[in-house]
Amino acid sequence: MSHFTVAFAGNPNTGKSTLFNLLTGMRQHTGNWAGKTVITAEGEFKHKDHTYLAVDLPGTYSLYSNSADEEAARDYIIFEQPDVTLVVLDATSLERNLNLALQVLEITGRAVVCINLIDEARKLGIDINLKRISKRLGVPVVAISARNKIGIEALLDQVERVATGAFTAQPLRITYNEEIERGIAELTPLVEQTIGSKYPARWIALRLLDGDDSLLTSLKENMKNKELPEAKEVIGHGVTAYH
Amino acid sequence: MSGASIPLSEAAKGSTLRISGIEVQGVLRRRLLDLGFVVGNAVEVLRRSPLGDPIAFRVSNTTIALRREESSLIFGEVIGGVEA
Amino acid sequence: MESPHITKGLDPLDSLLSTAKKLADGGAIRDEIVSGIYGVSAGICGDAVTYRDKKKLNSTYKLDNIVTSKIWGFPIMLAILGIVFWITIAGANYPSSWLASFFGFIEGYLTAGFEAIHAPAWLHGVLVLGLYRGTSWVISVMLPPMMIFFPVFALLENFGYLPRVAFNMDRLFKKSGGHGKQALTMSMGFGCNAAAILSTRIIESPRERMLAILTNNFVPCNGRWPTLILLSSLFMAGAATTGALRTLTTASVLMGMVLIGIIVTLTVSWVMSKTALRGVPTHYTLELPPYRRPQIWKTILISSKDKSLNVLTRAIVVAAPAGIITWILGNLFVGGDSVLNHMAAFFDPFAHMLGMDGFIIMAFILGLPANEIVLPILLMGYMSSGAMVDIDSLGSIKDVFLSHGWTWLTALNMMLFSLLHYPCGTTLVNIYKETKSMKWAVLSAVIPLGIAIGVTFAVAQLARLFGWV
Repeated sequence: MSHFTVAFAGNPNTGKSTLFNLLTGMRQHTGNWAGKTVITAEGEFKHKDHTYLAVDLPGTYSLYSNSADEEAARDYIIFEQPDVTLVVLDATSLERNLNLALQVLEITGRAVVCINLIDEARKLGIDINLKRISKRLGVPVVAISARNKIGIEALLDQVERVATGAFTAQPLRITYNEEIERGIAELTPLVEQTIGSKYPARWIALRLLDGDDSLLTSLKENMKNKELPEAKEVIGHGVTAYH
Repeated sequence: MSGASIPLSEAAKGSTLRISGIEVQGVLRRRLLDLGFVVGNAVEVLRRSPLGDPIAFRVSNTTIALRREESSLIFGEVIGGVEA
Repeated sequence: MESPHITKGLDPLDSLLSTAKKLADGGAIRDEIVSGIYGVSAGICGDAVTYRDKKKLNSTYKLDNIVTSKIWGFPIMLAILGIVFWITIAGANYPSSWLASFFGFIEGYLTAGFEAIHAPAWLHGVLVLGLYRGTSWVISVMLPPMMIFFPVFALLENFGYLPRVAFNMDRLFKKSGGHGKQALTMSMGFGCNAAAILSTRIIESPRERMLAILTNNFVPCNGRWPTLILLSSLFMAGAATTGALRTLTTASVLMGMVLIGIIVTLTVSWVMSKTALRGVPTHYTLELPPYRRPQIWKTILISSKDKSLNVLTRAIVVAAPAGIITWILGNLFVGGDSVLNHMAAFFDPFAHMLGMDGFIIMAFILGLPANEIVLPILLMGYMSSGAMVDIDSLGSIKDVFLSHGWTWLTALNMMLFSLLHYPCGTTLVNIYKETKSMKWAVLSAVIPLGIAIGVTFAVAQLARLFGWV
């Protein structure tokens, strides 16, 4: 019987908290307007042989340090290194929601993408080809309706696969324009040499190019406190692996 | 169909614009980018609030309302006509 | 290219950042990054998502076109507010009377029991007339409206209507210097001011957050509903005797009170943002999610259960001790009169200027811990000092008031004072915790109190001047 941590990430107003409450049994009032969940909540749930510590990160549009919420969510994923990051997306607003999923995948491949509100999407005549998305993203993609309790078992099965390592991801890597890619290519080895292989070097290089001071501050904080432990995952993104 | 860029705040209700520029800076700029107001994306002007401000826009399949202070600093070219 | 540092020091991180900045060379990096991601996202969606029926997406648009339209937007908001109030009042009427009778029935047995064991009169007074009566009153008057209002409000919320309210009213809040989300925290205040204070966390700017906190008190929380409902239905309905008309008038009066509260909210925000809380409005984006059909039964059940537990707990924790204290004050005699009467007499001249009486002011003072107990304390105060009246229907309550010289002005001013006065103890504690500032916690009590005194004074003088009362 092992313990795993699952972080719940997603845009505001995607039903992330509904899912969280459903699994952990806590009572939180969910309303239908963006920005309501501002505090991180924690809970526990069991699935098959394992126990999962669930952390409900604040709903955020991105992980680019635009606000305290985003910094908190980002810091949790990078520094606490949850075993699985569950990204909850709104099926009726996929284009915008995928933004966050793609950002998460740049940080970690230990993710499961969960497309919620699938019942609403169907009502609005939206059809989603999960296989295609999963193929493009390189991680499991499950459609659910948290409030109707549809698809939850399948979701938890995928969470288990990723948590136990039964599934290893080949997460999608976004290629930016030439200028940015050049900058990343130069910076990434420097990053790795400075902070080790524990953190996603490419993503950090990207954030440094963007001038992300707050990430730097968080990095300093974390390096002060901890020894650089073994990396939990081999961060390989295709051809840009460094040795 | 190309045309001059106009601020979103002056676009007619029902028209669709392709964003050509964002003059907002700082935190708000990044927030707007995250919401889908990026150069090249299409924006549809839905309606104004009864009191005239804010204006509701449809971008990346989401409805976002912006105040005049912000929408006047986002520019786009009209690509879709006004519905009768 | 700079040579990289191999050590795990902290300085290398800074040099890393400066290297990065040089590589980035200013430029619109952020735009490019986000564009890059959106490009991929659009690509995936273009590939994997199909829209079978574009027309269905328009149902939200159509509804919004009406709900936020120039002509219908505000009338619809007012109508919905009125309907919610009307449902609450009409629905709570019978359960409240029934509960009151039920508790009165039990009280008879309790009294008989006390007599049977020859318990001393004071013990009976403290436990039955004080504790039991106070608590049972709070439950019977508070529980039914709450169990109706909160589920209805939660349904509206889950349906997705609230962002539209924010959309409609945003300009008002912007002009008064507040943040658009203040419309939302204000709506939360209808439920519970203490909880609404916590909800102000959605406003990031401290200045605008403070405005939302300071003004939240001016919308009536559920603790004040029973007071407002009772007084308006007893004294404001005037000659309307038929049930439906009476409920309609009561609902209208309540809406009037709420509108006054909203106007005061905007005015105080405006004044504060020009004086003590000066600053520029921050940027604001509002998402209008598509309407969703709420799970009606689930929402109702969860909401009712949460609220009833809430009320029962508050009743016991706050009402019980307050009931005891009031009974003691009313039955402890010093110099020929009860302490309560002494205190009421002390406040009476001041209260009279405000169109009320000493007992009312006393009730508000003793009611600081929670707004729910103001009315029970007042009633118990009246009954301790005068004849013992058996409360078995709302009509008797009116008699109690009338026998203490009440007029419509008294009722109106008590309602105004209840609407505008300082927030309850729980709210003040939350304000202190959230702002970590004693100064603002005190101000958030003093400012409303000042306004309440000012308004009731003005109304009282005006009414007397014109001979309306």
